[in-house]
Amino acid sequence: MSGAIGGISDTLLYLSGVSVSFDGFRALNNLSLVLAPGEMRAVIGPNGAGKTTMMDVITGKTRPDAGDVIFRADTDLTRLDEPAIAALGIGRKFQKPTVFEPHTVHDNLLLALAGNRAPHHALFARETRAERARIDELLAIIRLAEHRYRRAGDLSHGQKQWLEIGMLLAQEPDLLLIDEPVAGMTDAETAETARLLREINRTKSVVVVEHDMDFVRALDVKVTVLHEGSVLSEGSIEHVSADPRVIEVYLGR
Amino acid sequence: MRAFLLLVLLLLPPALARAQQVEPAFAAIASQDYDAMAAGIGELATSGDPRAGAIITALQAGHLYADAAGGLYIRKAEGNFVAADSGAPAMPDEDALKRLRVNNGVRRAVAAALGGLQLFATDPATRRGAAEAVFKSRDAALLPVLDRALAKERDPAVRLAMEQARAAAILTSATAPDAEKLAAVAVIRARGDLDASALLASLPNASPAVATAAHDGVMAIQRVLQLWDMLEGVFYGLSLGSVLLLAAIGLAITFGVMGVINMAHGEMVMIGAYVTFVVQETVRQNAPGLFGVSLVIAVPLAFLCAGLVGIVVERSLIRFLYGRPLETLLATWGLSLVLQQAVRSIFGPTNREVGTPAWMSGAVPLGGLTITLNRLTIIVFAFLVFAALMALLRYTSLGLKMRAVTQNRAMAAAMGIRTPWIDALTFGLGSGVAGMAGVALSQIDNVSPNLGQGYIIDSFMVVVFGGVGNLWGTALGAILLGIVNKFLEPFAGAVLGKIAVLVLVILFIQRRPRGLFPLKGRAAEA
Amino acid sequence: MTRATVASFLVPVLIIGGAALLALGNAALPPTAALHVSVFVISLVGKYLCYAMLALALDLVWGYAGILSLGHAAFFALGGYAMGMYLMREIGTRGVYGNATLPDFMVFLNWTELPWYWYGFNHFAFAALMALVVPALLALVFGYLAFRSRVSGVYLSIITQALTFALLLAFFRNNMGFGGNNGLTDFKDIIGFDLHADATRNALLLATAIALAGAFLLARYVVASRLGKILIAVRDTESRTRFLGYRPESYKLFVFVLSAIIAGIGGALYVPQVGIINPGEFSPANSIEAVIWVAVGGRGTLVGAILGAILVNFGKTYFTSALPDVWLYALGFLFILTTLFLPHGLVRVFSRARPSALPEPSPAKEHPA
Repeated sequence: MSGAIGGISDTLLYLSGVSVSFDGFRALNNLSLVLAPGEMRAVIGPNGAGKTTMMDVITGKTRPDAGDVIFRADTDLTRLDEPAIAALGIGRKFQKPTVFEPHTVHDNLLLALAGNRAPHHALFARETRAERARIDELLAIIRLAEHRYRRAGDLSHGQKQWLEIGMLLAQEPDLLLIDEPVAGMTDAETAETARLLREINRTKSVVVVEHDMDFVRALDVKVTVLHEGSVLSEGSIEHVSADPRVIEVYLGR
Repeated sequence: MRAFLLLVLLLLPPALARAQQVEPAFAAIASQDYDAMAAGIGELATSGDPRAGAIITALQAGHLYADAAGGLYIRKAEGNFVAADSGAPAMPDEDALKRLRVNNGVRRAVAAALGGLQLFATDPATRRGAAEAVFKSRDAALLPVLDRALAKERDPAVRLAMEQARAAAILTSATAPDAEKLAAVAVIRARGDLDASALLASLPNASPAVATAAHDGVMAIQRVLQLWDMLEGVFYGLSLGSVLLLAAIGLAITFGVMGVINMAHGEMVMIGAYVTFVVQETVRQNAPGLFGVSLVIAVPLAFLCAGLVGIVVERSLIRFLYGRPLETLLATWGLSLVLQQAVRSIFGPTNREVGTPAWMSGAVPLGGLTITLNRLTIIVFAFLVFAALMALLRYTSLGLKMRAVTQNRAMAAAMGIRTPWIDALTFGLGSGVAGMAGVALSQIDNVSPNLGQGYIIDSFMVVVFGGVGNLWGTALGAILLGIVNKFLEPFAGAVLGKIAVLVLVILFIQRRPRGLFPLKGRAAEA
Repeated sequence: MTRATVASFLVPVLIIGGAALLALGNAALPPTAALHVSVFVISLVGKYLCYAMLALALDLVWGYAGILSLGHAAFFALGGYAMGMYLMREIGTRGVYGNATLPDFMVFLNWTELPWYWYGFNHFAFAALMALVVPALLALVFGYLAFRSRVSGVYLSIITQALTFALLLAFFRNNMGFGGNNGLTDFKDIIGFDLHADATRNALLLATAIALAGAFLLARYVVASRLGKILIAVRDTESRTRFLGYRPESYKLFVFVLSAIIAGIGGALYVPQVGIINPGEFSPANSIEAVIWVAVGGRGTLVGAILGAILVNFGKTYFTSALPDVWLYALGFLFILTTLFLPHGLVRVFSRARPSALPEPSPAKEHPA
């Protein structure tokens, strides 16, 4: 395997020829995508283009029928399951905000903090000073400091999105996969989220799947357009907006 | 005189020896000449004459008398006489009567005649039974009788039985040539049942060639028998599978299609069984002539009753619990307790007698199998119900709406389908089908308030095993589980077989949580 | 001290104190006294407390991990059988056939030697250990297979029910060597004390109360720990925990095995107090009945499970003697009405228990990613 991927040593994530089909429907069709360390990438595409399936493949939820998914040039993700991939340093945010609703914001972050994930450890674990300090930092980043002891289920939609991003950060991943972070957000929240993601991108690589073109424009990063399970176009937002194939897919004939 | 009688007998072609032409045989028996008597007995026995049995039996017992004129009389136990030819009471001159005595030759003829006598009976079934008896007794002495009977026999089934009996007799004979014995082995081998195998396995006086042929024959028969055994297993499995299918198919709709965990499903089956009971009681009291069709009447009524109960349950209970599967499970379990207790209050706690109409009783042989008609009817009924259900879902407007609602509720509602009504009707349909299953199960199970409980776990196993939401999977799963169960039984016994199947299904579900035929793709993920 | 801490000390005190008062009322007051507690009541309360342990065990997996086990009575029964086997061996030569090693039913079946799996059960300590180990092993194997394959929700419920059903059928068989249909009964004494003596009954009641209180404290510790929080997270949002790097299956397995052990202890204490264990204890109906105790009391509260078990069983005792025909109606409607109108159980009605422990009316559906 290492011979085949010799040329990708400076990539963080490398997808090549990935195909997935459900009952004859090809969700991913020979998809290839390369992400450099430290890069932020926006992935756009119409419904059913395969964006979420791509995330599923990277995080181990779905096994591809064919193709390579290589992380940090040496790890074949298709052989690992979700917890193992998470432990490698890949965090994932769902399309719909998914937090532990009965728990407080504080506990949500505590459970997400990097550390021993074994049950016997969790049974006797006490909150350490370092953990508390890190939670303080995270609360500041996601602007939820004053909501620390509120039930996560009582937060607003946008606050839940931020909490989930905070939980991702607590994992200390190298790569964040973020699915539609601004769906259902107000304009102010959207702008705030774009700022948050750019800040995160200073230390980590990020893949953002989004529909909201203004938001993608605000991120100002390289854009990959997916269509019918493969890459239709790739480049700056100006480049892909001018691509006639993209226009056709988005606006129809 | 003696030579003349013999001549007459020998000249009589056997085919002409009809019942009305037995007088020469009477004369021969009365002749008191042993050779003539033996020949006369043989002739009388093969004539098919109804009087033959009584006469020969009397001769054997020493109760046959002849007068000087050649008239034969039978002395009854009370001491009075009847005329052997007419059977009418007679008052012969007792001084002129002579008791007919026999020697060994005559005695042999008598024995053979009695054994072979029924081979000439007028009823084909009796002739066949006699041939079977000869087959089992394997008496080589009966060979001549068999030959004569075969010469007369026209019924192919009886002929076959006689040929097999003849072959058995040849094989036991010490004198028959090898060529004949080999031919006989072939005949027995073709018969191919356990008796044939036993006969071939224990041949007396067999030459090496015959013994080899017999051994091959035994092997071949065993193979055939194993095949029949397997077919029998398949039939019983199919029968059990059809019962499972009937019990599960309603659940395949409510649980598989709608996603509602109805633990009271078994009670819908029970309601169907009690409807059958009520229908039969009503028919018995008011129109006993209709008893034969009582089950046919019960089927639609059971469907309506159980379906109605289902609709009421859906409207009053289940619709408040959509999206809360575990709560639905608990509430419907409570419902099942209430329904059981209600039936117990109305009909009493004991088993109720549901009769089986004549057309469902008995069995038909099919090759080496015995097919019981009630099992066969249930198999056919199960497949009819399944086919009707598939047709309803596929070809009717209601079926289309049901499929639409289960696939995309919001879209269906937007298209103007009244989804609450479709929910109620779908649930009613599943319950109604369960009620129809109850009619069938009333034929093979005790009709008691606990009837349904016995089926609920099996039904869930079948639906989950077959793949939730897939009616074809349910059908195949039921048949497969039925057959596997029946094939495990000989090795493990009924209870262990059932346990084994349960454990197998549990393990299977863990291997393939979505069942045998999973729905794939995004729809299944949601 | 927070309210939760107060509650976690108050409950054991109430359980043990109550049991002690009853035992005192039996032992210290003469039978003629108005407040004398009959041995019948002692046994009845002992039985309720054993059921409460089963309910507590069930609440641990259902209320906190979302595993609705419809076969939990199987663990209870297995613990009971382990104890029953000891009590059987303890009869010794006092059985009908007077055989020193073979229990009566084996002599009756013309068995000549003790099956290997009966070895060691003449020692109380071994039997007590087995009452924990056997349910734990079954839970471990079954749970490992089920959770690893991500069987969950209703499917899991149905296969747990199939599991106990299979055990029911198995234990009904005479050649299993557990007394078949009749089960194990006619016990004489336990570690030398006459089972029919009032003092033994009182001691058993106290032992049960202490075991229940201990199990409660243990369960309380587990659910309040970080592991407990992760369990709740797994219950409501399993995929989120997985993408955070947790293995939900090991958490579920831990709590499932712990719960089986608690249920097994309950069963082991149950048998000497009711004097019999038979395959009926495995019937799926028993397991589902235990679920309604938890539902009535309030799942995800621990206290509710204990309360529900005692209340429902008190009701059952009352109805089955006073109005036997009504009991099944009552139980049936209890299931229906509780799920429709009291999804959080009685505890939620009377107090505002720790909110984080209380699940939504139904476990949140996994979000399709």
